[in-house]
Amino acid sequence: MTRRYFQRYQRPDRINHWIVAICLFLAGLSGLALFHPSMYWFTNLFGGGPWTRILHPFLGVIMALGFARLFFRFRRDNVLTDADRQWNRTIFALLRGDKGNMPPAGKYNAGQKMMFWTFAISLLVLFVTGFLFWRPWFAHFFPITVVRLAVLLHAFAATMLVLCAIVHVYATIWVKGTLRAMTRGTVSEGWVRKNHPLWYRELTGHD
Amino acid sequence: MSSLQSLDIVRRSATTTPSPQARRAEKEVAKLIDVSSCIGCKACQVACMQWNDLRDDVGSNIGTYDNPRDLSAESWTVMRFSEVETKTQAEETKLEWLIRKDGCMHCADPGCLKACPAPGAIVQYTNGIVDFISEHCIGCGNCITGCPFDVPRISKKDNKAYKCSLCSDRVGVGLEPACVKACPTGAIRFGSKEDMLDFGEERVTDLKERGFAQAAVYDPQGVSGTHVVYVLQHGDKPELYHGLPSNPKISPLVSLWKGIAKPLAVAAMIGAVLTGFFHYMTVGPIENEDDNDEGGKKAPTPEGERV
Repeated sequence: MTRRYFQRYQRPDRINHWIVAICLFLAGLSGLALFHPSMYWFTNLFGGGPWTRILHPFLGVIMALGFARLFFRFRRDNVLTDADRQWNRTIFALLRGDKGNMPPAGKYNAGQKMMFWTFAISLLVLFVTGFLFWRPWFAHFFPITVVRLAVLLHAFAATMLVLCAIVHVYATIWVKGTLRAMTRGTVSEGWVRKNHPLWYRELTGHD
Repeated sequence: MSSLQSLDIVRRSATTTPSPQARRAEKEVAKLIDVSSCIGCKACQVACMQWNDLRDDVGSNIGTYDNPRDLSAESWTVMRFSEVETKTQAEETKLEWLIRKDGCMHCADPGCLKACPAPGAIVQYTNGIVDFISEHCIGCGNCITGCPFDVPRISKKDNKAYKCSLCSDRVGVGLEPACVKACPTGAIRFGSKEDMLDFGEERVTDLKERGFAQAAVYDPQGVSGTHVVYVLQHGDKPELYHGLPSNPKISPLVSLWKGIAKPLAVAAMIGAVLTGFFHYMTVGPIENEDDNDEGGKKAPTPEGERV
């Protein structure tokens, strides 16, 4: 029996995704190094404290611009609908292992969509607030209260982003067969039928 | 390297364990700046340059005596000249020339130290001096964000933060700071904090007798007191002195950021990872039919038909 695969992500989208992912990992490590003393040793990975301070904002800008492209590519697929509300109500049953009662999802389920929007909002906040205290080039243009608010919002948005990234990575480990969507670009027929039945109907014309 | 021994360090930036506690006999010091006896000669600025080997660029005249115009990486103290109209006790308007020597206040609760992310880049000694240890400075500017007095400056040449060290190297060997040594009128004094507050109170009494009813010592409690204290003729209006804040304290935004936000955010991140791990180990993954055919031994291969 030949197994069928469906294309989920094109090559440029995969390259784009992995650029954002690598920058998130590196900006995350360098940011955490400067956020909490327990992780200051991460600066060793970047060539010391000053280099960590120099590199972090550039990594962040590449990540934000990279995500902006993904955002405009996939935002239409991620509009939340009434059906998604139903999905949200049953997610806790799914987390407990009850796989039977999930309402059918399209190309993206409600969880993935909310993840998408949280990524978008937190990256926008990080991008804007980051400039407000980027030394030596931009910080001196802004009043000190703005800078103080910016560092706080930056830390908050970064925490949201990291939490999202942890959930995002775990979801890939949890739902088998997902990773190849981003490594090979394709997912198996069984994966689509099981996890995204409405998308399956769209692709094949039957259930 | 700090100017004093590691045993003399009472607090250290970005450090979560206590500093050495054995040596705590050292008295807290203070510099008292009596604004009412300052004549604005700038000998203190010159002495600061000379002792610390600092040579700032020659600036430009902006029509006031302020020179240099602002604190910088190479100007750690600056005389601020303010022309203000005040009322005498007889309610007559009079013009006053208030001259305040500006620089680091050496807060007992330093906002710069609290905000600094680099371990040991900012230290506080048992004598109360707050010192920047440049070799550990990463140039992020968080000290500026944390300071309630707008004192630290990042150098454009090396991206390190600089400010008055209260001549910690001189104080460490029993000398007074260079500016104190140079002051010709005795407007700047140095000694134990206790003695300086006592002396300040004497000056306040004198000033009150001379008609400055609101004269006061400026030792703001919002930052738990400072190790540079002023005698102000108009103690009720510190803002007259080139915007000296009347109630300086570490901004609540900075306290939140460097206080509860740090452990909460780290706990949330570790919690998320652990939740994921144990979820997988208990509930387990979501699999589909393709994962399990052929006995689940072979991973899906790309030989399959693409659609």
